[in-house]
Amino acid sequence: MKITRKHFLQLSGLGLLAVVGKKAVRAITGAAETAAPVASRGKTTHRLGMVIDLAKCRQEKGCDACAKACNAAHNIPQFADRAHEVKWIWNQPFETVFPLVQTDYTRQAYAGSPIPLLCNHCANPPCVRVCPTQATWKREDDGIVMMDWHRCIGCRYCMAACPYGSRSFNWQDPRPAIASLNPDFPTRTKGVVEKCNFCEERLARGQRPACVEACKDKALVFGDLADPNSEPRQLLRARFALQREPELGTSPSVYYLV
Amino acid sequence: MFMFEKAIVGSRRYWVWILCLGAIILAGFLCYLRQLAHGLAITGLSRDVTWGLYIAQFTFFVGVAASAVMVVLPYYLHDYKQFGRITILGEFLAVGAVTMCMLFIFVDMGQPSRVLNVMRYPTPWSLMFWDMVSLGGYLVLNALISLVMLSSERKGVSPPHWIKPIIILSIPWAVSIHTVTAFLYSGLPGRTFWMTAVLAPRFLASAFAAGPALLILLCLILRKVAGFDAGREAIHQLGIIVTYAMVVNVFLVAMEFFTAFYSRIPEHLEHFRYVFLGLDGNYHLAPWMWLSAVLALAALALLLVPGWRNSPRLLPVACVFVFVSLWLDKGLGLIVGGFTPSPLGAVTTYTPTLPEATIVLGVWAIGALMITVFYKIALSVREAH
Amino acid sequence: MRDRPAIFAGLIVFVGLFTFPLWYGHAAKTSAAAPDIKLPAQEKQCVAPLNYMRDSHMQLLVDWREQVVRENQRQFTAYNGKVYDKSLTRTCLEQCHTNKAEFCDRCHSYAGVSGPYCWDCHVEKQLTARSAP
Repeated sequence: MKITRKHFLQLSGLGLLAVVGKKAVRAITGAAETAAPVASRGKTTHRLGMVIDLAKCRQEKGCDACAKACNAAHNIPQFADRAHEVKWIWNQPFETVFPLVQTDYTRQAYAGSPIPLLCNHCANPPCVRVCPTQATWKREDDGIVMMDWHRCIGCRYCMAACPYGSRSFNWQDPRPAIASLNPDFPTRTKGVVEKCNFCEERLARGQRPACVEACKDKALVFGDLADPNSEPRQLLRARFALQREPELGTSPSVYYLV
Repeated sequence: MFMFEKAIVGSRRYWVWILCLGAIILAGFLCYLRQLAHGLAITGLSRDVTWGLYIAQFTFFVGVAASAVMVVLPYYLHDYKQFGRITILGEFLAVGAVTMCMLFIFVDMGQPSRVLNVMRYPTPWSLMFWDMVSLGGYLVLNALISLVMLSSERKGVSPPHWIKPIIILSIPWAVSIHTVTAFLYSGLPGRTFWMTAVLAPRFLASAFAAGPALLILLCLILRKVAGFDAGREAIHQLGIIVTYAMVVNVFLVAMEFFTAFYSRIPEHLEHFRYVFLGLDGNYHLAPWMWLSAVLALAALALLLVPGWRNSPRLLPVACVFVFVSLWLDKGLGLIVGGFTPSPLGAVTTYTPTLPEATIVLGVWAIGALMITVFYKIALSVREAH
Repeated sequence: MRDRPAIFAGLIVFVGLFTFPLWYGHAAKTSAAAPDIKLPAQEKQCVAPLNYMRDSHMQLLVDWREQVVRENQRQFTAYNGKVYDKSLTRTCLEQCHTNKAEFCDRCHSYAGVSGPYCWDCHVEKQLTARSAP
């Protein structure tokens, strides 16, 4: 039986298309299965969050115990060049964080006050929406916005999407800039994005986040926002709290008690 | 099948050009090896300005790639025969431009060896996933179209009937690649400079001005170096397309100015202030943006007067003005302006470093090399007829 | 016919060069019969059978990585019922294979495996002793 070259090529092309098509379908549907976090398995969903009491936080001038604890626990490199800095939690003056809250006539004692800033672990995170590889995702059972440094391709789209400037990129190898290594936590490598992870590795061991533990004045209160009786919820009922840029619809899980 | 043998026969001038491009590509490649070893710290990027020249070039050249539709649509959909000689040039330009786009994305990545993760873990809610799909698809489409059309021309037969629907498909696809690229920016809640519904139309308008302007310049260069005549009517028509597109683009930019400055909302205003006037003593970018504005207006003046637009001396000047003005605006001003001031009000200067600029030059040279080789093949095939 | 010596000489040189990787190691006495890996002193049972570990420890580690990082599944029940923490550093290295250089690296360098980039990020215990300045 003779087959022309043209027909042979057509058949091969169709065969190849079938194989690739099947793989593509499996990849798309299979990836959707593995990408979605494991179901709650009957557990109630939590929403981990933090309430920062600014009144308590201002008590000690120049204090950055929270930042120091986080930097030590997570091997965060300290670069002299501000352009390359990596920070998960840090302080900034009130006016830069809430620039539109104060007006000429309402400048108060908060002027210049340090505000601890960190990833807000939003309920509706734009960074998760834009990540092309799902290297960052929102955990179903506790709401933490996670980072997978093995999968991150370093495109920095999440950094463009985050309205709060919470994310940092490793512009170079971080190890030379780490003073003392904590062997219980990996460093990261150049070319990946990182941010506060609510100390999920400590939470898995039943510990509280490093910053929360380090604050002597107990200004950082961590807990389950979905539980109406948790400490953060009690504080939020008692006093007025600010969120950063709530009008953007991100629904941050970090509140600031004024 | 690919007719590459036509590209290795050429004059001395041709080979000097090829060698120069090769040298630039080599320099860019060596700088890229250094970037692979040390990380993106060798660029001028920072925690506040995380995208710079690389992504800016990608954004600009997606527009150039999409502009092929401006010759394909009239010729294939509306039988505008005057574009007959230059459709292949537009399609080859698209192939070169899309390849440059993909290379610019690649050199911008922190972990380029993991780039296939975008395909391994498809994420339909991420615009960057769709960007890769649409750019890859557009590359395949235009490469196929160019190959088939040129092969048919070389054999002296009419092209196979199945290529027509593929060419028609490339028309909406061209619009989609640039719309998807605009969507990368215009859906981010924290970046007010980009958060405008008019960003995608602006991108398309500037694409349809810059791309045909480049095509006109390339045709004029080809007339000088290879004796290729695109046809007076074709050049005139392209000039009209550039004119209309530039008018729409400048109009849309003016609309942006109005909403920012009339509403006086600080979050919108401050980005425009930074880009044109500077903020906090930082007016790095302002001279370039003013240059872009001046060039745009000068280009409009040259293009809107028919006597000047049709003048063989002034049209290339207008095209250069259009191209440079849009490159500055879309390439530099848009990206850096979107990041400055940062979400926390910081103004961080972005200055591309020498290695970074060399890598950009290297990718430009790769695009130029591709277009040179493709045009050489196309013109050789045509001459043989 | 006259060229026969030259042809054979050339052939011998070519074969010698072509098979260089095969005989050079033996001649210079640099290739060992097998990598001399140091097994753990106390523990005799790994988290999985030896044959599986020899073939697929990379796959096991990648699976652990995905499960810990992406699914928060941190406990591993081994084939013998024992429950381990899914951690290369805390389980494998701390409890049994305490010397990475004498265990992991020996086989990896013998087989020419440069793949595992785990150590670009995960910290070996020895590194903390000689911390970077």
